[in-house]
Amino acid sequence: MTGVVGLYRPGTSVVHRLPAGVKLAGLAVVGAVSVMVGTPVRAAALVACVLAGYAVARLPLSLLWASVRPLLWVAVPLGVFQVVVAGWDRAAVVVGVLLALVLLANLVTLTTRTTDLIDVVVGLARRLRFTGVDPERVGLLLSLGIRSVPLVLELAGEVREAQHARGRGASARAFAVPLIVGALRRADEMGDALAARGFDD
Amino acid sequence: MLIEVSGVTHTYAGRREPVVRDLDVRLEEHRIGVIGANGSGKSTFARMLNGLVVPSEGTVSVEGRDTRRHGREVRRDVGFCFTDPDSQIVMPTVAEDVAFGLRRRGLSKAEVAARVEDVLRAHGLAQHADHAAHLLSGGQKQLLALTSVLVTEPRLLVMDEPTTLLDLRNTRMVADLVARLPQQVVLVTHDLDLVAGFDRVLVFDESRLVHDGAPAGALRHYRELMS
Ligand SMILES: Nc1ncnc2c1ncn2[C@@H]1O[C@H](COP(=O)(O)OP(=O)(O)O)[C@@H](O)[C@H]1O
Ligand SMILES: [Mg+2]
Repeated sequence: MTGVVGLYRPGTSVVHRLPAGVKLAGLAVVGAVSVMVGTPVRAAALVACVLAGYAVARLPLSLLWASVRPLLWVAVPLGVFQVVVAGWDRAAVVVGVLLALVLLANLVTLTTRTTDLIDVVVGLARRLRFTGVDPERVGLLLSLGIRSVPLVLELAGEVREAQHARGRGASARAFAVPLIVGALRRADEMGDALAARGFDD
Repeated sequence: MLIEVSGVTHTYAGRREPVVRDLDVRLEEHRIGVIGANGSGKSTFARMLNGLVVPSEGTVSVEGRDTRRHGREVRRDVGFCFTDPDSQIVMPTVAEDVAFGLRRRGLSKAEVAARVEDVLRAHGLAQHADHAAHLLSGGQKQLLALTSVLVTEPRLLVMDEPTTLLDLRNTRMVADLVARLPQQVVLVTHDLDLVAGFDRVLVFDESRLVHDGAPAGALRHYRELMS
């Protein structure tokens, strides 16, 4: 089951046991502070701290690589661009901070049950109740969103395969239409399932 | 539970022809099968039993409660299992999905966790508790979908072609599970073996109930219709 990024990996480390709210707050604080990181040394220190978090959480290296890999598509062009317009120092800072933040966000989701993360958001939403926000709904929407990611990816894979089988070229429209139709059908079915399972308001 | 369907005709909004016509049945048996061609109205009938579909004419009541006015209470007692487990699993991980149905039952977090653990163990899913639901096999997904319904202890379980997407081995697994269930079951299927031992089988054809009785006669009638 390795290679799936961003999914909870059960464990008993300190990082796992930290309350979800603390982890999310930490992520927000680091995100805010990261704009003040100005030198390559500090950016490297930030990355090192995050990597230390992975070590403390005893997550396998393969997961670390799986977290970084999708980022390369953005980080490499961004780095090259920064080197050209702003020089090596600036490039190292920008890429380092990006790397650190994404890895940190992944560390949080890898060590926290989705339900616990959602409960934090629901708790925050509860304070916004006076504005008419229904916290339960916010939580449900988040879970459904997370659950939908693999479903949509699967659907996209099926559509692409079907097109290959029929020898169609890669037209954006020929891809988007069946994908949207399929996603809507799925959403409809899921709505029925939700109602059948007691969320019918 | 007593299911009473009285004078039911149902036409979906925007359609001219009814998909269920002039239906009157009382169902009380422990195991009830529903068979019929594609498009004959089986799913619509099944969805009426928990109020997902409210008939445009007539009434459906479960244990005396009309699905039109008491849909939510009826759904608490009537569990529903769909064909495609991917549409029924609404939470990212196995344990979370099972816990989902218990969220508004006034149980503490510890009680929910204990019940989820029990039911996962009972259905052989305990080792997958924290796994992502989308990584399970097709058979395991349908087992999870069923487990997530059963954890709420419905008194009636309605299943709409629960084995259509499964291979033979997983179909047997679901059939064995259903056979062991203490609760009343209404099962819609194309797999005639599944309903062979049932108490009563309904046959639908072109939106009408065309046969109602013991499995042997119902299966014969259905085979004749299909030939
Ligand atoms: N939500 C809906 N809206 C409109 N038409 C529908 C809907 N659901 C089913 N139908 C139509 O009603 C007819 C009966 O469908 P259904 O009850 O699903 O039959 P079965 O399960 O026996 O295949 C079909 O022609 C189908 O296209
Ligand atoms: Mg059907």
